[in-house]
Amino acid sequence: MDTSKTGPTPKVRIRNLHKRFGKKVVLEGLDLDLGAGESVVIIGGSGTGKSVLLKCILGLLEPEDGSIQVDGEEVVGLPEAERERVNRKFGMLFQGAALFDSLSVWRNVAFGLIQAKGMRPEQARIIALQKLSQVGLGSEVSELSPAELSGGMKKRVALARAIATEPEIIFFDEPTTGLDPIMGDVINDLIVQCVHTLGATALSITHDMQSARKIAHRIAMLYGGRIIWAGPTNEIAHSGNDYVDQFIHGRAEGPIRMQVRA
Amino acid sequence: MPILAPIGRGVLRFLEIAGRLALFALQGVTHAVRPPFFPREIGKQMVEIGYYSLPVVGMTAIFTGMVLALQSYTGFSRFNAESAIATVVVLSITRELAPVLAGLMVAGRIGAAMAAEIGTMRVTEQIDALVTLSTNPFKYLVAPRLIAGTLMLPCLVLVADVIGVLGGYIIAVYKLGFNPATYIKNTWDFLKTIDLVSGLVKAGVFGFLVSLMGCYHGYNSKGGAQGVGQATTNAVVSASILILAFNYVITALFFGA
Ligand SMILES: Nc1ncnc2c1ncn2[C@@H]1O[C@H](COP(=O)(O)OP(=O)(O)OP(=O)(O)O)[C@@H](O)[C@H]1O
Ligand SMILES: [Mg+2]
Repeated sequence: MDTSKTGPTPKVRIRNLHKRFGKKVVLEGLDLDLGAGESVVIIGGSGTGKSVLLKCILGLLEPEDGSIQVDGEEVVGLPEAERERVNRKFGMLFQGAALFDSLSVWRNVAFGLIQAKGMRPEQARIIALQKLSQVGLGSEVSELSPAELSGGMKKRVALARAIATEPEIIFFDEPTTGLDPIMGDVINDLIVQCVHTLGATALSITHDMQSARKIAHRIAMLYGGRIIWAGPTNEIAHSGNDYVDQFIHGRAEGPIRMQVRA
Repeated sequence: MPILAPIGRGVLRFLEIAGRLALFALQGVTHAVRPPFFPREIGKQMVEIGYYSLPVVGMTAIFTGMVLALQSYTGFSRFNAESAIATVVVLSITRELAPVLAGLMVAGRIGAAMAAEIGTMRVTEQIDALVTLSTNPFKYLVAPRLIAGTLMLPCLVLVADVIGVLGGYIIAVYKLGFNPATYIKNTWDFLKTIDLVSGLVKAGVFGFLVSLMGCYHGYNSKGGAQGVGQATTNAVVSASILILAFNYVITALFFGA
């Protein structure tokens, strides 16, 4: 059960992370390392705390206990201004897109460029249009408001926004959910490309094993508040872990008990 | 003894809310006075609060001025004191009615809209998205609204002062047959700077309070559409009560001694 990676300082290093909401314990002693330039996929049942993990790393949720280091710097409990500096390294695609509905599509994509990087709007617009075309959206959507887009289009705009500033570390929360299979594959390629050409470190959440196999160097499975298995993508088929086997084959029978009442 | 426990709990709860609100206000003000500013956002809010509230505030002012003239006439004519009507109208409008009524109108219009907008942004993770894009939500959302509210309500009240006095003038001159020149003279003669200034100070405070309540309740809303609805109601109710309470406090400070 070795989840750590040997070698130089990992880009993100999480140790003994605990997070609960009231009585509900979500993360319970989670350890995970992301190496620089590595693409890791987290799998795990619905409601196991995958999105909560990403929010803890970004400082949107405060964990009760544990340590999170980014480039060797402890970020848990960082004051506001420091947090802002650290967050410049991150890009995040939210599960529900979270587009700003008071701004047009291109202003959403250009937001980080204009606000965080201080780029002029005309220049940011050109980059935004380029990012939109990478996710398969033409310039005709750029002036629309997010309310005028379909679910899959919103997701792709959010993806364009997450990668627009070319961050060092990018989180993708279910990037291909709600997309048709072909567009899903285009997005997979885009994520691979971000990691390859930009040298970004990527942490993705997905329920789609085909997508996981394509984008991940390493796959980690979250269960019971911890990473119960992590290993190279090609080893997942023979992990020797019953939980992982049950999950990747999608069987209702096995050690994982879904809480459903008949 | 069992009577004391609920009272104690109530007091603690009140103190907790007051403390959280004070912290929120402090944080908002700190961000409002420190760069970087978001001129685009401030401008947008100013137009929203100032320009688009003009019709509502104008209507309120003109009818209030008209009613004041009519009511004081029916009262004062019994004592042959009709000449005091102009004074009553202008003092009531500038000192009390324009700021309070404009404040309440803006609380309903703007406080609700702010709470709904920021509340929706909260429950759809847009505020989280702001943070991940290295933009402080206090700076981007709260500060521009506080600035715009504090600056625009005095402007609105100034307009309301003029329109309210005009409403009184219309009734006095066209319905009650007063001499226009005398009416205007009576209006000017008794109006002091402090009457106007106290009204405008009130307006600034009320504008701040409306924005603060809208932002606070929106920012802390949780749990989907229902939570946002609740936040909207709370914003309007709490802003209205605070306006009335602060109206007393500021009046006492200006005219109490
Ligand atoms: N803000 C919150 N307040 C209270 N409970 C929360 C909150 N956010 C998440 N939870 C709880 O934490 C648990 C994990 O939620 P999370 O969103 O991380 O699940 P997930 O693994 O991303 O699931 P999915 O695959 O369905 O997206 C859930 O049981 C949820 O009820
Ligand atoms: Mg999730």
